[in-house]
Amino acid sequence: MNPRLASAALAGLLFGLGLAISGMTEPDKILGFLDLAGAWDPSLALVMSAALAVSLPGYRYAMRHPRAVCADPLQLPTARKLDNNLVLGAVLFGAGWGLAGYCPGPAIANLARLNPEVLAFLPAMFAGSLFAARLSR
Amino acid sequence: MSPHFTPVSALVGGALIGLAAVLLLRLNGRIAGISGILNGLFDRPPGDLGWRLAFLLALIAGAGGWFALSGTLDAPRQGFSVPILIVAGLLVGAGTRIGSGCTSGHGICGLSRLSKRSLVAVLVFMASGFATVALMRHGLA
Repeated sequence: MNPRLASAALAGLLFGLGLAISGMTEPDKILGFLDLAGAWDPSLALVMSAALAVSLPGYRYAMRHPRAVCADPLQLPTARKLDNNLVLGAVLFGAGWGLAGYCPGPAIANLARLNPEVLAFLPAMFAGSLFAARLSR
Repeated sequence: MSPHFTPVSALVGGALIGLAAVLLLRLNGRIAGISGILNGLFDRPPGDLGWRLAFLLALIAGAGGWFALSGTLDAPRQGFSVPILIVAGLLVGAGTRIGSGCTSGHGICGLSRLSKRSLVAVLVFMASGFATVALMRHGLA
């Protein structure tokens, strides 16, 4: 198999496993974290902390190499400005996340069990993204 | 605190997510931001479809494997409002496009690059999430 596809699949597999094992595929756990006034579930904070504990040093290591193992140059975001779109986008994203407890990764992961909720959520998500992209043309 | 707090699986799962992000960067040179990977599927001209599809399909397989192993193939939440799911989807789709990232893109990859933009994005979307849940669960009743 093409090595780029194999390594992307390996990363995807671990990512999906991680999402499911950590409980991030359960919207009630996400909403439990976002519900500061309720029965607070700190799990998401632990998930992020553990992820960063690996990825902070891991990224520092990876970014020392201008090229990836597959020989492609690293494709890192180049935007630097703290602009209005960044903030507006984050406000909208956070609102949608807080409404239903899904962000893109967990929604895609839930396709694995044909969760009917994401069959409603995902088309809307794609529509929202395409609409926003059109607006900025 | 919630009785549903699951520290060990949170730490293990989180570490796997972090590892996955590092692997995608070191091996493929790519950012493991799910909203970005998805949006890239619709880029014109089409390019990079291969690794994106490989990643996403494997993500589904990985999650599905765990669901099967742990007996959670039946998603626990039932009866949630479909109109709210749709509005939520629209907001997440538009917001991640306009803001150039999501919890994995900004929250894990961006922070790991020490990006100020991502730090701002994370603080803002967390605040927005907290406020939305506060309103939905405690503010409008």
